[in-house]
Amino acid sequence: MSEFIQLLLSGLSSGSIYALAAVGFTLLWQASQTINFAQGEFVMIPAFFVLALSVKLGFPVWLAMPLAIILSVLILGALFKRLIVEPMHKHGTIPLVIATIALGILLKEMVKEFYSPLGQPFPSLFPQDVFSIGGAAISIPDIANFTIAMGTIVALQLFLSRTRTGRSMQATAQNPDVAEILGVDIKRMVMYTFLINGALAAIASILITPVYLAKFSNGEVLGLVAFIAAIVGGFNQIRGALVGGLLLGVVDNFSAAYFSSEYRQALPMILLIVIILVRPQGLLGTSEGRTV
Amino acid sequence: MTRKHVHIAFAVIALALLIFVPLGQKNYILYVLTSWLMFSIAAMGLNLTLGYAGQISLAQASFMGIGAYVTALITLAGYHWVFGWLAAMGLTFVIGLLLGYPALRVQHHFLAFVTLAFNTIVFLVLRNEDWLTGGNHGLVGMPRPDFFGISTGRNLQFYYFVLVLFVISAGVFFWIVNSPWGRAFKALRENPVRAESLGVDTRRITLLAFAIGSAFGGGAGAIMSPLVQFIEPGSFALIHSLKILLMVVVGGAGFFYGPMLGAAVVILLPEVLRFTDGYYLMIYAALVIVLMVYSPSGLIGIGQKLMQQIRPRQEVRKDMAKGAQL
Repeated sequence: MSEFIQLLLSGLSSGSIYALAAVGFTLLWQASQTINFAQGEFVMIPAFFVLALSVKLGFPVWLAMPLAIILSVLILGALFKRLIVEPMHKHGTIPLVIATIALGILLKEMVKEFYSPLGQPFPSLFPQDVFSIGGAAISIPDIANFTIAMGTIVALQLFLSRTRTGRSMQATAQNPDVAEILGVDIKRMVMYTFLINGALAAIASILITPVYLAKFSNGEVLGLVAFIAAIVGGFNQIRGALVGGLLLGVVDNFSAAYFSSEYRQALPMILLIVIILVRPQGLLGTSEGRTV
Repeated sequence: MTRKHVHIAFAVIALALLIFVPLGQKNYILYVLTSWLMFSIAAMGLNLTLGYAGQISLAQASFMGIGAYVTALITLAGYHWVFGWLAAMGLTFVIGLLLGYPALRVQHHFLAFVTLAFNTIVFLVLRNEDWLTGGNHGLVGMPRPDFFGISTGRNLQFYYFVLVLFVISAGVFFWIVNSPWGRAFKALRENPVRAESLGVDTRRITLLAFAIGSAFGGGAGAIMSPLVQFIEPGSFALIHSLKILLMVVVGGAGFFYGPMLGAAVVILLPEVLRFTDGYYLMIYAALVIVLMVYSPSGLIGIGQKLMQQIRPRQEVRKDMAKGAQL
């Protein structure tokens, strides 16, 4: 039982970080029909911003982290939208998908060549202490990661539903034509979405990288998990991406412990295929009713 | 000369080059040319899925893998390569149907995600099931086939053997694309709503396109076994599926010669860019992004645009052209 609780908690902790990446992914889809195949690399890169700032340029870590978040908002948010998404939008979905795949390769190779092909140790924000409740060993980073990730998502949800800007963003996502007629600056709203995605990716990166090492190939797994979480939960809902992320974190942990460590990576994929078969709109998603 | 004559002349010249250029070449060049033909077949299949049916498949390398392993197991068991080839294409066709059916019930390019997942699963199975696939060590020593007493053991002979398969595949592809089926594919890509209203069963057609495209991948895999004579899971990882996808896109998705051109670029570019060392993939990825911004229809699209400048043809009304966007 104590092992069960332990696995559940650490699963929820990594799951909440997956949810951050998945939420960003769904936001981009809603606002601009961008399927970002480089999302995993977007989560891999900010950790290297932190390392470059702190190790190479000598900034203290507490300053490097917020700077890294700002950098990713600018580069992975604004620059990505201006240079890649905007000029390609008129060509339709497929060229953009291909371009984001190429962008993923580009980012990965750049880190490998210009920083290091080896895994780098990454500073953790929290003490690595473990305390026990009823025999279950609970680690402080797990609890902290879960709290920060969930806090970020709740704050985002509040921003989207309670503020004027947030509601304008929602309107833009739901029906850009009507939103524009009602006086919403839709271009700006779409840009905000990209900026938010940059920030979410950076937070996810800072939280998850201490668990592994900072490595150029981290994005491969993270990207896949973010897609799967988004689809399993429901492509058109923030709640969906959240549930999908948490579910995937827990499933991943349990499958490693109780099922087979060799096929651990396969289980999320099987989950994805099953969901698409029985409930293509996702667990919490609403059907969009258009097939073409 | 009509356009048709130009096309036939081009095909004849290209074929003559493919027959005469390899004569007297070194083994390494023969190997590069043979693997170019092999990847062209795989890319042709993906071109059917992507360029004609408008669906992204990220599992072409895993179909090649399935084809390669099936062929390897069958030929290592002592049967002729032809059986391996047929089994490889048959099996990948069936898997394509099974995989495509659920994914194509919903849109949003779900096929891309399902095939992405599938590629990872295939890789894990190939790596973990030692008893069948040899695990990380892979399979070695697949024999090269004999045909009516003629051995394909030497590299030049094997090249011609693959060239024959390439010509057959290209012929089948050409036939499919110009058959009523192929026209249905094109109708689907240009304007799915209109295609559906004209009675095209879009889902069935898309599914068939994907399954046939996957079978081409299986066929290419069947060539890989005797070509390399050593197969291991790493050759069929996701990155190789992306590589084949980029071949189709760089050459020009939806054009007959697109995948062949793209395969040539992807296979030859590392040789040309060898002096750049590790920057090769970076340069390549950056070029793909630029290409997507300026010409989503690939290198052939650029060529067509240039031709239009020199010899303008009748313009399609701009509002009608809009249907091409998915």
